[in-house]
Amino acid sequence: MGQEIAIQLSDLTKRFGNFTANDHISMTVDFGTVHALLGENGAGKTTLMNMLSGILKPTSGQIFVRGQAVQLNSAKDATKLGIGMVHQHFMLVDNFTVLENIILGSEPNHGGVIDRKAARQAIIALSEQYGLQIDPDALVADISVGMQQRVEIVKVLYRSADILIFDEPTAVLTPQEVTELLAIFRQLAEEGKAVILISHKLQELKAVADVTTIIRRGQVIETVQTSDTTTEELAELMVGRPIDLTQEHPDVALGPDFLTLTNVTVVDNQKLPRVHNLSLNVRGGEIVGLAGIDGNGQSELVKAITGLLPVDSGTIMINGQNLTNASVRQITQSGVGHIPEDRQKFGLILPMSLVDNMSLQDYTNAPYATHGLLHPQAMLTTTEQLIQEYDVRSSSPWQSAGSLSGGNQQKLIIARELSRQPQLLIAMNPTRGLDVGAIEFIHNQIMAARNAGHAVLLISYELDEIRQLADRIAVIHSGQIVGEAQTHDLDVNQIGLMMAGETITKSEVTHAN
Amino acid sequence: MRIKNTTFYSIWIPITSVVLGLLVGAIIMALSGFDPLANYISLLTGALGSANAIGEVLRSATPLILTGLGFAVANSAGFFNIGLAGQALIGWLASVSFALAFPGLPSILMLPGAILAGAIAGALWSGIAGFLRAYFGASEVITTIMLNYVALYGTNAVVKSFLAAGDGDYSKTIPAAARLRTPFLEQLTQNSTFHWGLLVALAGAVVIWWLMKRTTMGFEIRAVGLNEDAAQYAGMSTKRTIIAAMLISGALAGLGGAMEGLGNFQNIIVNTALPPIGFDGMSVSLLAGGSPIGIVLSALLFGILKIGGLNISIASTTPPEIVDIVIAAVIFFVGANYIIRFAGQRLSSLKGKKEGATK
Repeated sequence: MGQEIAIQLSDLTKRFGNFTANDHISMTVDFGTVHALLGENGAGKTTLMNMLSGILKPTSGQIFVRGQAVQLNSAKDATKLGIGMVHQHFMLVDNFTVLENIILGSEPNHGGVIDRKAARQAIIALSEQYGLQIDPDALVADISVGMQQRVEIVKVLYRSADILIFDEPTAVLTPQEVTELLAIFRQLAEEGKAVILISHKLQELKAVADVTTIIRRGQVIETVQTSDTTTEELAELMVGRPIDLTQEHPDVALGPDFLTLTNVTVVDNQKLPRVHNLSLNVRGGEIVGLAGIDGNGQSELVKAITGLLPVDSGTIMINGQNLTNASVRQITQSGVGHIPEDRQKFGLILPMSLVDNMSLQDYTNAPYATHGLLHPQAMLTTTEQLIQEYDVRSSSPWQSAGSLSGGNQQKLIIARELSRQPQLLIAMNPTRGLDVGAIEFIHNQIMAARNAGHAVLLISYELDEIRQLADRIAVIHSGQIVGEAQTHDLDVNQIGLMMAGETITKSEVTHAN
Repeated sequence: MRIKNTTFYSIWIPITSVVLGLLVGAIIMALSGFDPLANYISLLTGALGSANAIGEVLRSATPLILTGLGFAVANSAGFFNIGLAGQALIGWLASVSFALAFPGLPSILMLPGAILAGAIAGALWSGIAGFLRAYFGASEVITTIMLNYVALYGTNAVVKSFLAAGDGDYSKTIPAAARLRTPFLEQLTQNSTFHWGLLVALAGAVVIWWLMKRTTMGFEIRAVGLNEDAAQYAGMSTKRTIIAAMLISGALAGLGGAMEGLGNFQNIIVNTALPPIGFDGMSVSLLAGGSPIGIVLSALLFGILKIGGLNISIASTTPPEIVDIVIAAVIFFVGANYIIRFAGQRLSSLKGKKEGATK
């Protein structure tokens, strides 16, 4: 097919009230290429793609698909033109099968009766053609996140899309799954389809994108040939200033164990062990990174340490105190800061104000309260100060936490937890879904806690994040630690293998301790 | 921007609801062959036309303020207290029983004692549902409905067996020291049933505002109601908070019942149905969006509609059911405030679009 133009945007502008999300955006996407759209959180990438997929209508400007000026009034219009979008949060029905999810909305039928046989054939053909392994009869609730993503891709292909938009597709995948997905992108492009990839992961863009368009504050900054541009240049274009994610690890005298887990077992509702006989320690002045694939007991472990889940057996010592099965309040007040996995579910009360959310951990203590009476003025003063210090972009301390962008919500949590000067910080996926600028900021804050002699347990599904921050890495698989070593003694492949459940023999890894 | 919007909606939605409700009421009256304008005028004069009428409106609003506050507190904790009526009845029974049990007490001990008895009884009654929800996950909707029946028939049994004389179905009148109605107020309002309970209700509104906004307990109640997971993460005990909210809610409902017992009726009777102050209190609270000031205002509105409504059937041939329909229409539009909100946002977004296009 060569270099036929798939999509051309000309002077596309989208305003929400007084806020301009997209400001005269012009760009061209060719068939047969992977075109990356790079930008910070809130830069306007998703707004742009929502216009392209018919969810939003432009305020002004024109969209051309295959050279034709089009008016997209709904997602259906976009589908008809061969535009398909894979959203960041999967749009799948959990208790439908893979097959049912794929055909949902465009079921092949004879007079209202679904033709499952035809659907199955079409789906199997597609999955073989692109090497997208899926099990048509499995329930979506039962399959891995990686397979759910493949289902989303097949779903789009099933609707014969040849312009595919992916919104942050690798956020939830393991390194191996990411590699596979990138290969699929290449294959789709080679088949002549246009792939638009929204991302802020520079390594992946470098690996797969032919062309990268950088968007900042709703405007196109530049469109570059990815191969001619370094990741550092891309990061700088995106954020508007030089970015450095590598962290210096200055020597800090290691303190005593602030956290000691001994043979900790946590069982779930069905009495199945989610964390199994796990032992781990974290000393003052070090960051221990817990690497692992989503769903291998990390959430349960963090909840057990912080008192949100009961420990079945084993002991948890925090700062020399036995706090196994202590209350959440006891644990936080003994000097533990907790950046939770899900900021909207656990970390914040979205309808409440920034002031209330900032006081959430210490609302019973002076200066926020004495004798059960709140002191709103003290709450406000601290909030204003922390908003400033941690650069939480907001219009008023009384606005609801839910009205902040994701990155600023996370900064609010970081501000609250770190300003308490915790001797032990437990951070789970602290930068999930954030852009490089915000990641740099949060990493610096975590690093500062370590350099101040505090202990940090970092749990992340992002291997890069762990390798940048951690002094020591432990790998968790099926609720057990399958390997542990100083960061500089491990390479990505070894960690990847351990994450997949293979135990590395001692001769291959120099063990710490 | 956002904050202004919220205030805007919290004031305009109830007003729009009331206006639409009155409009629908007018249409129904017109269709049934009655004169809406004349009826609304006699509603207004019936409610506000004399000192007596105003006294009756205030008397009728008093328990509604308390039950309305009770619903609001439970609702803040994410708890749908349908049992206000039963809790009020239990509070009514307890306050009258206290007064009858200690007839010799001086007013200074008698009144606080009887009022407190009502509050405690209501709290304990709703505490049952709170406890079942907190420790066994039992839906409060079901338990409070069931407890309403237990309260109704249990109270009737107690009145018949212990409080009523012979085969009667009402108790003795409470001693003068326990009465909230006083000759002074009767004089002031041309012998209306207006009583000092209004002060209790207004004090309740102030205390609840203060509790919810200024105490750590109120903070916990709001937090648990909005996001139980985050409340737990912040070290709050959701069980304790739910039970606390339910106890406060029941105490307020019990106070509402005590107002009926010590103020309005001055005895307790065998009831054929639950006292209407329970469900009316829910409507009052919903109309007010849970705000204490709003609850006082919407309770007054309910009082006006109820007392003024009586005058419609006196002054014309319009049946009293029509008045109930008007009230129901108002509540309906409150319940449907989503539609009003949606329409409002749609209008303002259309306006925004126009502005955007001309820029």
